[in-house]
Amino acid sequence: MIPAAFDYKVAESAEHAVQLLGEYGDESKLLAGGHSLIPMMKFRLATPTVLIDVGRLSDMRYIRRDNGHISIGAMTRHEQLENSDVLAEACPMLKHVASLVGDPSVRHRGTLGGTMAHADAASDLPAAVLALGGTIVAAGPNGTREIAASDFFSGYFESVLAADEMITEIKVPADTGGWSYQKFNRRAQDWAIVGVAVADGGSGVSLVNMGSTPLRAEAVESALRGGASAADASLMAADGTSPPEDHNADAEYRTHLAKALTARALAEAGAS
Amino acid sequence: MNATTGGIGTAMLRKEDPKLLTGENKFVDDIHVNGELWMGMVRCTSAHAKIVSIDTSGAEAMPGVHSVYTGQQLADMELWAAPLPCAWPVTEDMLNPPHWPVAVDTARHVGEIVAVVLADSRYQAADAVEHVVVEYDYQPAVASIAAARDGDAKAHLELDTNKAYTWELVPDPDALAAAFENPAHHVSADFVQQRLIPAAMEPRGVLAVPSPMGGEITLYSATQVPHILKVMIAATTGLPEQKLRIIAPSVGGGFGAKLNVNPDELLAVTLANRLGRAVRWTETRSEAVGSTHQGRGQLQHIEIAADENGKIQGVRAHLDADMGAYMMLITPGVALLGSFLYTGVYDVPAFGFSCDGYFTNLTPTDAYRGAGRPEASYAIERAMDILAAKVGVGPDEIRRRNYINGGEFFEDHEAASTLIFDSGNYAPNLEKALELAKYEELKAEQARRREAGDGKQLGIGMCTYVEICGLAPSRALGGLNYGAGGWEHATVRMLPTGKVEVVSGSTPHGQGHETAWSQIIATKMGVSSDDVTVLHSDTALSPLGLDTYGSRSLAVGGVAISMAAEKLIEKAKLIAAHQFEASPDDLEFVDGSFSVKGTPAKSVHIQELGFAAFAAHDLPDGMEPNLQEQVSFDPPNFAFPFGTHVAVVEIDEVTGGVELVDYIAVDDCGTQVNPMIVEGQLHGGIVQGAAQALWEIAMYDDDGNPTNPSFMDYLVPSAAEVPYMKTDYTVTPSTSNPLGVKGAGEAGTIGSAAAVMNAVVDALSPYGVEDMDMPATPRRVWKAMQGGAS
Repeated sequence: MIPAAFDYKVAESAEHAVQLLGEYGDESKLLAGGHSLIPMMKFRLATPTVLIDVGRLSDMRYIRRDNGHISIGAMTRHEQLENSDVLAEACPMLKHVASLVGDPSVRHRGTLGGTMAHADAASDLPAAVLALGGTIVAAGPNGTREIAASDFFSGYFESVLAADEMITEIKVPADTGGWSYQKFNRRAQDWAIVGVAVADGGSGVSLVNMGSTPLRAEAVESALRGGASAADASLMAADGTSPPEDHNADAEYRTHLAKALTARALAEAGAS
Repeated sequence: MNATTGGIGTAMLRKEDPKLLTGENKFVDDIHVNGELWMGMVRCTSAHAKIVSIDTSGAEAMPGVHSVYTGQQLADMELWAAPLPCAWPVTEDMLNPPHWPVAVDTARHVGEIVAVVLADSRYQAADAVEHVVVEYDYQPAVASIAAARDGDAKAHLELDTNKAYTWELVPDPDALAAAFENPAHHVSADFVQQRLIPAAMEPRGVLAVPSPMGGEITLYSATQVPHILKVMIAATTGLPEQKLRIIAPSVGGGFGAKLNVNPDELLAVTLANRLGRAVRWTETRSEAVGSTHQGRGQLQHIEIAADENGKIQGVRAHLDADMGAYMMLITPGVALLGSFLYTGVYDVPAFGFSCDGYFTNLTPTDAYRGAGRPEASYAIERAMDILAAKVGVGPDEIRRRNYINGGEFFEDHEAASTLIFDSGNYAPNLEKALELAKYEELKAEQARRREAGDGKQLGIGMCTYVEICGLAPSRALGGLNYGAGGWEHATVRMLPTGKVEVVSGSTPHGQGHETAWSQIIATKMGVSSDDVTVLHSDTALSPLGLDTYGSRSLAVGGVAISMAAEKLIEKAKLIAAHQFEASPDDLEFVDGSFSVKGTPAKSVHIQELGFAAFAAHDLPDGMEPNLQEQVSFDPPNFAFPFGTHVAVVEIDEVTGGVELVDYIAVDDCGTQVNPMIVEGQLHGGIVQGAAQALWEIAMYDDDGNPTNPSFMDYLVPSAAEVPYMKTDYTVTPSTSNPLGVKGAGEAGTIGSAAAVMNAVVDALSPYGVEDMDMPATPRRVWKAMQGGAS
């Protein structure tokens, strides 16, 4: 529980962070809320030699409504999502999902940009952004680019972000249809054993902890588009997934949970 | 002068809390001295391996590293006079292979220390540990009790067996055999008591400081047992006992896990003494799985023979108990502490118990909240539910039919286990709990849900426990071959200004002794509890004591304080009588004031006599100055708290998730000194027992590697997982001490695991489920509902 030695730099802006990333390369990591990175460093599972602190970039903490979508600054903390009036009106799903992340101390430190970049298949918010059909805005040495959430996650704790890119903003559509988030775990503070996010009445369905990345339940989505009932569609929730096995669940149980929770989520979201 | 305030029976906030809540208290890790060296432990990464070679040169060359010692080097330095102590050799032929603070040639569990680094900072020590290169010759590991019992591998290569001892308690073998001859009902059940990680809020830690002129060592340790530690350090290191001072500063919980003599404590003391520099170490959570003992670890077999009405004729139980790799302070005795409780609260004519203790290549086990008694309570209380089902009556009725003395009040009942239960009154306690739980309404709601095919099935479980606490009569401990006594020491002194200082031999680590002892003094001496200060946890301030464990502090230490106060009052009475020129026999003592009977106008408060005793200008002839009295109280018997717990769970039929939705506890711990502290103890204890039922298990793979060693996978519940608990009490004073107190520190844990699991099994009974191993995880419950093996 004692991290290896590292150097520490404070970024003055997103541009400065990108510049520092370019300077220190693969040996560096961005530090936002730190609630995923620092435990990994304490276990010495991560040993970055330079930490670039972007957690102080308070101008990157905002939630605002722009032309049909919500723009959220990457350094916005889960607690701000949880208590956002803008989200209450325009995207209550994200507000609700944020309220289920970890415990209050985690939510007061963790950031939306940080959890997206960490790309943990077991995290709540990435799956919610995925179901919502959100977009990730990333800054790099050559300016910014937008990445669809469905293209963002590329592997176990991996995204398509380049080593010298930083997430600056997350966009999600506003005022979409019925939604649900079903999180199954053993303690309130835990990651989901399996979670299911349903957005916009069933047009977006995503799975938590059913593979190496947050996943779209594409079989469910296409079945619904093809007119299948919610009950029938939910039976396809685990199609094409390779659920992980751990102390809480084997693949059989995860498959069962994915189907059962999808059925619940679709019912709550009003998908017929 | 001062009215009695805050006396016995007052539910009051604890004196300790403001400092704890504002972070003012100092724990070991908060205390620093100049020139201190940090220890970094090189720990074995295999469960069983011969040490071929250790290359320390890389670590020694690192910045800030002072030195690195291997087990062989430490042995060559002759630091150890004896191996780590086991104070409870339960049988004469018990196997107890030597357990050195640092493994010498073979390491026998993951986490055993194989070398120690000393460095200027904690970080340098941690870095250097990674550069000590150990070459191992891996040996087959014994990774479970079953493997120890049935397998070929040996946990200790030099032994030809893994069985360390067999201990039996069969007071009347003929009666036992007769009871089991063709019983109308025969329950035979097997239960698993999984290993648990104690997980106190503060991990363990040590700081050993040599005195500047040499020759004396002060050890600060996160320990429950500074007095025991002092004796044991002297015995194991050969350092003169009078040169050792042990201080337990603020200690953040122990649950038994700080009731031991640990390698780190001995290393800190001996290395500080050798080097003339302070030496320290603070355990990390990852280390704790291997560096601090674990709890439970038993395979239980229990049988009940009963007549056609379910009246018990006999109980016999056998345990296979997991010692882990070594015998630590009371490792082999934990099962014995529970042995007497396999008959529970019931009138059992014939009883037999046996236990085989096995070595495994896992972290040693030892006392953990309840130590043997939660296990016993679980076995008999689960078995009673099985008996109820066989007889075809409810779990409440089977208990009513079997309570000692028909459920009515008794004193001094001799149980078949040969123990004398001090007092009990079980049926009214059960009825109170059932009423508080609205048991009939719960059963109706359960029936309604079953009928309706509700997705959330209700389970109702109960447990009526009895436990043994107030450890303990020294003679009884001697009879069990325990290596020490069970008395407790107290000193009470009145200072010249009338304030009171209490010196407590029992040593708190979160219980609230300062508050409770002040309340006893307030009632006894007629002073405000605010006028009382309690000194403790430092062997220089409190040289005599036997510390805190086994729910003993109040029933032994608190009683000692009460008795010392009485002695002081008697002496003060002689001074008052002298001042009044009256006979002491004519004086009465009411609310702290002495007066001559019949003339209450003339009186003197005991606090006004403090200065007279100090100045000694006019004391009775021959009287020594000062008001200070001490008592070592050795209780004549244990105390036997009891209670009824009712747990209500909801099981999600789709996910298998179990939610504890209601919990009702009616406990009887005799007289209560501070009901608010009792309530807190029960809340914490209940959750700790429920945690075993639903969440906690220390898991190992077949090679003996821990597979869930962090709090991410070892699930300690939080407040979010438990319901608002409904607690109430009955009061049946103990006959074992003059205060009538029993004990409450472990009771919650002893009652709750069985209550919760009885509820889980009850909820699943429509699925044909008759038993389930702990913890009742969602996957296990779901598979059971599918008809699969759990």
